[in-house]
Amino acid sequence: MPKLEVSLLTGRTIDQGRGKEHGKLSEEYWESVTICEMDPDDMRHIGAKENENIKITTDFGSVVLKVVKSLRAPHPKVVFVPYGPPANLLVDPETHGTGMPSFKGITAKIEPAPKEKVLSLQELLETHFRKR
Amino acid sequence: MPIISNVTCPVCGCFCDDIELLVENNVIKEVKNACAMGEAKFLGFSAHRQTKPLVRKNGELVETSLNEAIRKSAEILTDASYPILYGWSNTSCEAVRVGLELAEEVGGVIDNTSTVCHGPSILSIQDIGISSCTLGQLRHRADLFLYWGSNPWHAHPRHLERYTMFPEGRFRKSAWRGYISRLRALLTKKRLTRAAKLVLRREVSAPPRVETAIPSDLQQQKRKMIVVDVRKTRSTEAADYFLQVKPNKDYELLQAFRVLIRDDELDVDEVAGVPVEILEEVADVMINCELGIIFFGVGLTMSEGKHRNIDAALSLVRDLNNRTKFLIMPMRGHFNVTGANVVFTWQTGFPFAVDFSHGYPRYNPGETSVVDILCKEETDAGLVIASDPVAHFPKKAAQSLVENPLIVIDPEVTPTSLMADVVFPSAVVGIETKGTAYRMDHVPLPLKKIVDPPDTCPPDTEILKRILHEARQLRREQE
Repeated sequence: MPKLEVSLLTGRTIDQGRGKEHGKLSEEYWESVTICEMDPDDMRHIGAKENENIKITTDFGSVVLKVVKSLRAPHPKVVFVPYGPPANLLVDPETHGTGMPSFKGITAKIEPAPKEKVLSLQELLETHFRKR
Repeated sequence: MPIISNVTCPVCGCFCDDIELLVENNVIKEVKNACAMGEAKFLGFSAHRQTKPLVRKNGELVETSLNEAIRKSAEILTDASYPILYGWSNTSCEAVRVGLELAEEVGGVIDNTSTVCHGPSILSIQDIGISSCTLGQLRHRADLFLYWGSNPWHAHPRHLERYTMFPEGRFRKSAWRGYISRLRALLTKKRLTRAAKLVLRREVSAPPRVETAIPSDLQQQKRKMIVVDVRKTRSTEAADYFLQVKPNKDYELLQAFRVLIRDDELDVDEVAGVPVEILEEVADVMINCELGIIFFGVGLTMSEGKHRNIDAALSLVRDLNNRTKFLIMPMRGHFNVTGANVVFTWQTGFPFAVDFSHGYPRYNPGETSVVDILCKEETDAGLVIASDPVAHFPKKAAQSLVENPLIVIDPEVTPTSLMADVVFPSAVVGIETKGTAYRMDHVPLPLKKIVDPPDTCPPDTEILKRILHEARQLRREQE
């Protein structure tokens, strides 16, 4: 599978903002945070089509998300994932003495993952978090 | 049906105070003037709600009485040697005040969401100082709005409409018409591209365009907006000019502007992916405005450089004030994150990351900030209020948080409350209970009570007061 090295940005979207107000358990919220916006040329490069699953891997974790074409390309090798539990599996916890982790500009690798599925919130919590 | 007007919106830092609600039989039926997020909150706040307190027994969350939940929470906090109390930005100042008293009582660390938002901005403001103002001043007087690392269309949807580009100011005209013309031109371009694609039966896309000149009307004395960001967004479409900076290169760009503002020369062809000629023209626009402002978002605080980026932005504004009038303001996220900083400061002397474990307040972000404490696994219990760190902290920090005994006070069911040991469903601040909150420009405004909460959902303030009372009694018994 072709891999592409990218710079990962996480951030707010209006859909994520509206979804969280409808409820973190709502379908609307989960759909809004399990996407990755990508430059169409980069999608062609790795052979991924709109709404197919891709896997993003950083030094801190990996997650499967649905890829969508960025409406405001070109931004080659820059991908965007909305704030939410999936994005947080990828971000850098290092605060460099400021208290603030690095949520933007993280080096990541992207590859198509047609055989892997996007986890639900419950599955994600069960996979990555546990009580002592 | 009664219409309640002048309601404040408890969502983002804009904290709009012109919302109208139509209420019937204790239910909000219609919302006027709110953005998509505000409307979703007023209409949908009770859609996915848990109304009874919960406690974890044999690995499952089960319903319990409020008294038992209070008792259990007080035990968790008093038994812990280094508890963290986190959140506070989506609740009232009154609740924050009680929370600080509780943190002092149990000798814990209290931190608010600015630690993962504009915490680095606060560090820089403490070092450099800030030239700022209220949003009302800008609405009437400012002619240059520079949004840096910020996407107001998505994160603060009414910011442009209420405070910057689109309101009719006393001394500045609305820039609404220019925006509509730009949108029309953009739509026409999109339609033509689609038509060409259909006719030619292949993908038609314009080659990446490098801006070679900035629009000539940017030098005119009218309201204008420049966006500096790493990618195009809806906000850049509302702007007169978009400056695309390479990811993690904001510091270089800010320092380059400082050089140009001082009339020095740059010995390079481009900085952060932007040709120097463009930078010179934008610097001219900054110098020639009558009153300018930089609104900076978490694009600066969350990327490489963090507080050093803000140092450079604050210093740029200081330099600009030698040439014209210029101001700067962080785009605060939650509706009362500014209030949390204010109440923390007047109670303890410090705006966030306050450690009471020595019996007196200590402040050392990087050591006493909650993400660092969690990543070093130094804490042994947590209380989270009006926040969802499992959805917003890096995995390592969130894992550490949920491993320990965890109390959650939140009106909504969240990923964090699903992992908690005690859950208090509380009344929604600004809808079901009143209070005070601070807008992003430090203007305090009242939060209204619109409808009654369920009997089993007391306000945050009451829950915290009862936990504090119980914790005090337990500590007396232990002594």
